[in-house]
Amino acid sequence: MRKGKIVINEDRCKGCFICISQCKVKEIEKSNKVNKYGQVVVEFKNLGKCNACTLCAISCPDAAIEVYEIIEEKV
Amino acid sequence: MANNNRMLIKGNYAIAEAAIDAGCRFYAGYPITPQNEIPEYMSKRMPEVNGVFMQAESELISINLVFGAAVAGARAMTTSSSPGISLMQEGISYMAGCELPGVIVNVMRGGPGLGNISPSQSDYFQAVKPGHGDYRLIVLAPHNTQEMYDFTFEAFDLADKYRNPVMVLTDGLLGQIMESIELKRKKPELLNQKKEWALTGAKGRKGQRIVSLLMDPGALEKHNFHLQEKYDLIRKQEKRYEKFNITDDTEYLIVAFGTVARVSKGTIKLDKDKRIGLFRPITLFPFPYEELKEVAKNVKKIFVFEMNLGQMLDDVKIAIENSEKIEFYGRPGGGVPTSEELLNFILKRI
Amino acid sequence: MKEKIIYKKPDSLTDINFSYCPGCGHSTVHKIIAEIVDELNLREKIIGVAPVGCAVFAYNFWNFDVSEAAHGRTPAVATAIKRVLPDRLVFSYQGDGDLASIGMAEIIHTANRGENITVIFINNTNYGMTGGQLAPTTLLSQKTTTSPYGRDAKNYGYPVKMLELLSPLEGVKYLERVKVTDAASVIKAKNAIKKGFTYQMQNIGFSMIEVLSSCPANWRKEPVEANKLIDEEIVKVFPLGKIKDIK
Ligand SMILES: Cc1ncc(C[n+]2csc(CCOP(=O)(O)OP(=O)(O)O)c2C)c(N)n1
Ligand code: SF4
Repeated sequence: MRKGKIVINEDRCKGCFICISQCKVKEIEKSNKVNKYGQVVVEFKNLGKCNACTLCAISCPDAAIEVYEIIEEKV
Repeated sequence: MANNNRMLIKGNYAIAEAAIDAGCRFYAGYPITPQNEIPEYMSKRMPEVNGVFMQAESELISINLVFGAAVAGARAMTTSSSPGISLMQEGISYMAGCELPGVIVNVMRGGPGLGNISPSQSDYFQAVKPGHGDYRLIVLAPHNTQEMYDFTFEAFDLADKYRNPVMVLTDGLLGQIMESIELKRKKPELLNQKKEWALTGAKGRKGQRIVSLLMDPGALEKHNFHLQEKYDLIRKQEKRYEKFNITDDTEYLIVAFGTVARVSKGTIKLDKDKRIGLFRPITLFPFPYEELKEVAKNVKKIFVFEMNLGQMLDDVKIAIENSEKIEFYGRPGGGVPTSEELLNFILKRI
Repeated sequence: MKEKIIYKKPDSLTDINFSYCPGCGHSTVHKIIAEIVDELNLREKIIGVAPVGCAVFAYNFWNFDVSEAAHGRTPAVATAIKRVLPDRLVFSYQGDGDLASIGMAEIIHTANRGENITVIFINNTNYGMTGGQLAPTTLLSQKTTTSPYGRDAKNYGYPVKMLELLSPLEGVKYLERVKVTDAASVIKAKNAIKKGFTYQMQNIGFSMIEVLSSCPANWRKEPVEANKLIDEEIVKVFPLGKIKDIK
């Protein structure tokens, strides 16, 4: 299975939580952090279940999520 | 070529032809009497010069098309008559706020309301003291067909020079009069001036914007001060007026613009004693206050004549400290005075 | 292990944060427009016209040329820009107050003239910027700050369906209604807008994409709940899909 990770730009995140509703593998959750605009932001749980599907990022209104695919290098 | 440059032409057509000569390549207008010759003429002429003619579906659309054409860097014009100009006021204010050049011609008719279609000067206020916000238009008031052509031609350079809308304020009479005029047929000075601010696609640069909304604290105040500086510069550089028959012996001074100034020249010719002179403001903004004050200093009386019930009169009062010297006669609602009528009024009051 | 970036903020967005409320549909549509501009390499030839409404600040967020327009006159401004610069890509971006109320005449005539522009129409069933008043698109029985008892047709008329209204006009070439409530619908919306832009580049003529868009702040709903309202209720009044496509 494809492996991935996301990076959340906490300054752009407004805590709308739409990404949480979109993630099929429940890798995103509400954090207890507040950004400089006073918005509660989300965080990536990093449980190893992210498959880089990009659904969270596509639905993120504020372009606050970057998605990376993790490619294992063959030795 | 030389004889090509003279033409017997109606005032409204002179405006249209001047715009074409000035490099106007975007025209939008909505029919309203007494200026219908202009959109009709433009619908024929614009395609001949690869310009855009649009019959707008309202004056709101006219002025906002002109706004858009100016945003894209084109020389653009709309024409209308009084009620139509009322509808344009919001858009003109946006143009002033956004510092967009553009030419608006008002061929005035009688008001208020639907009024009538007779010549009038009842839009002096809405030209000189226009819509919402602290802004000014440059206002040019022709009094013959030659000036209909010249002022419209020059309006485009003025608009570009100051990045400000310019209004040519005329009336149904001047629109219909046919006179032989000299056409410029030369390139307007600023036609090829580069408009760095225009929106043409952000080629090789960051995106830019044309806006009048300034919400940052203090930004709008600052912008207004900037606009005022520009208007001060216009006041300093663009004031125009005509002194007609004014000598050291002038006892009575007429102050009139446009059609009434023309009629007043007839009055002066009728006056056997040669005591009457005319001061004719040509730019209604900037109004030639100091120049009028100077001329009025030694006269016994000042006669303000208008085709309204006293609009320019306010500005004359600002110019002249001793307002007891001022006598006013006006014809509202489409009434046009005759030269005799004005002379009779003067004779009765002196 | 190597990391390959597969989704990031589009280059045609500036670094200024959207001023929109959390979860607002305007944000999503701004973002997908910027993505299309990147993908089709339009940044240097596109000119947008922003409305009066919450999206009045659009020019802060897009890194391409954007003009203001008076409330509702947006399509007239876009029309003139396109007529002056026919080889540029010109679009107007308008809310439902801007387009379907005060600017009704402008949009109808622009469509009827078949102007070769693209209109992005954000239908959030109310006036967002001024505090959630009734819009022509407000649903029957929907409460707003100026319909506190709910919209009843007798007093306020019926919700206006702009695409259906414009559809019979011959100048109109492409009309589609989309939503941006989840990833799948965002992709569809993006394709629709892309198609509008592509049609314009092919000189096909007037197109308009209506986006059913949430206004969580004025609907007084959490963003996810607001999107659910669109999915479950609003689409019943404003059916999704192509209303017209001449190709
Ligand atoms: C001539 C004029 N009338 C009224 C307003 C006030 N006004 C500003 S935004 C707006 C409504 C915007 O609603 P909509 O178009 O639905 O956009 P939204 O904010 O919902 O995105 C109004 C009425 C104005 N700016 N200009
Ligand atoms: S008021 Fe509504 S439309 Fe405006 S930014 Fe907020 S959520 Fe978006």
